[in-house]
Amino acid sequence: MKMNEEKEIEISSKKFRNKSILSFAVFFILIVLAIFFWKAIRRQPRIAGTPQPIHKVLTANEKLFSNFLSNQHLAKTYPRSAAAKNVRFNGNLGLKSNLDTSAWKLKVVRSPGDTLFISLDEIKALPKTELVFNFKCIEGWSQITDWGGVKFSDFAKKYNLNVQTQMKYAGLITPDKEYYVGIDMPSMMHPQTLLCYEMNGKPLPLKHGYPLRIITPVKYGIKSLKRIGTIFFSNTPPPDYWYERGYDYYSGL
Amino acid sequence: MLIYWANDVYKIGWGDKTILHFFPDSFYKALHIPFRLAEGMGVHFVFMWLFIINGFIYFLYLIISGNWRLIFPNKNSFKESMQVILHDLHLRKTAPPQKKYNAAQRIAYTLIIIMGLGSVLTGLSIYKPIQFNKLTTLLGGYEWARIEHFTFTILFVLFFLVHVMQVIFAGWNNFQSMITGFFVINAEKEISLQPALQPVHIDENKSTLETGKNELVSEKNEDIFLSEKEDDDLHEKINEDE
Repeated sequence: MKMNEEKEIEISSKKFRNKSILSFAVFFILIVLAIFFWKAIRRQPRIAGTPQPIHKVLTANEKLFSNFLSNQHLAKTYPRSAAAKNVRFNGNLGLKSNLDTSAWKLKVVRSPGDTLFISLDEIKALPKTELVFNFKCIEGWSQITDWGGVKFSDFAKKYNLNVQTQMKYAGLITPDKEYYVGIDMPSMMHPQTLLCYEMNGKPLPLKHGYPLRIITPVKYGIKSLKRIGTIFFSNTPPPDYWYERGYDYYSGL
Repeated sequence: MLIYWANDVYKIGWGDKTILHFFPDSFYKALHIPFRLAEGMGVHFVFMWLFIINGFIYFLYLIISGNWRLIFPNKNSFKESMQVILHDLHLRKTAPPQKKYNAAQRIAYTLIIIMGLGSVLTGLSIYKPIQFNKLTTLLGGYEWARIEHFTFTILFVLFFLVHVMQVIFAGWNNFQSMITGFFVINAEKEISLQPALQPVHIDENKSTLETGKNELVSEKNEDIFLSEKEDDDLHEKINEDE
């Protein structure tokens, strides 16, 4: 307790004044520095809408937290009865144009000039996985929803995408190219990432991404692109619609 | 739950029914934050590190310096804190004796540390609810953890408001002591200073000083109170002075 006992010291008014002035000077300089620092950050050149220093930290966050991502860490699943009947519809990016659904085929670019065209029936013939999980939107809402489709990892195995899935990223684009996302391969190959054609046990409604969408529980909903047109693979981050508008590229959960 | 981060334009146009709209639009407008979710999140996930590092260093300092003894509540704090609150609300004439911090301060300053930890844990559990799913489950699931995180935020704001108000009420000497680290006891010819570690306190009786009893807080900067042996006497004395 000794060090906590009160100590009184006597000093002259001059010394007191000097000490006070010094302390207050430091106090105000720190405030000014903090404001200056904040303004300086905001003045920095922007990468994808985000000031560079903030972007750097977000990239470091991604590096750190992607270490925790593994196929053993699964999103919590729920019984079907817990799923919302009225599934929230939150965006029609990439859905605005008309689509000839009968002619639709999924394009999978294995390499430039080598593209697979896969019909919905062929995808439905693959082993089906059902997933009831809490879909999380980056805006803050979440909803327990019921999805059915094929695991992307099963799909990749079936179509011999071994070389492609060794790459760092997959890119997904809607047929009208209005909406596009990039997803890191570990998240893409996560056992709960589905190429999804059913919702609540029925075919996907158009506004939820018919004929085929991706559902990736390890990401915010912005990555769960509706109405997939093309899937391709890359070692550099594919373009990402919301990343270009200032959101975190990784957006992992 | 549309608590925060909610981007209003989506909610109004495309959302389901809104059950709870925590902040009215005017709140966002006043703060100039509508449609700045991406920016807000970016800043959030940068400054979380400052928050964590700062909190960690502060806690370490409290422990290593021994100053935790001034902050953590002791067995009387819970009873006395009520008296302090009544005193501060001018419903009670005397405040219980104290060291640097009174009982209510001890509880508040300890709670703020716990709240800091709570914010970090609930924050982590909603930031990475799948990678840290055990933590999320422990906190009652994703949606509950969000509500908890938000509640902590509101509590921090309330703490801040009360804190600033109390500083204003406590007067200049208290404020300057927060900046300079010493509290002026006697501002006549010679100025007597104490490290801010310890309370506003003049005690002529050294033995009582060591026991830590019978300490007085001067509410007016230049007042000097003489301590008596018993608390009761001491309180009477304050009454007389007032």
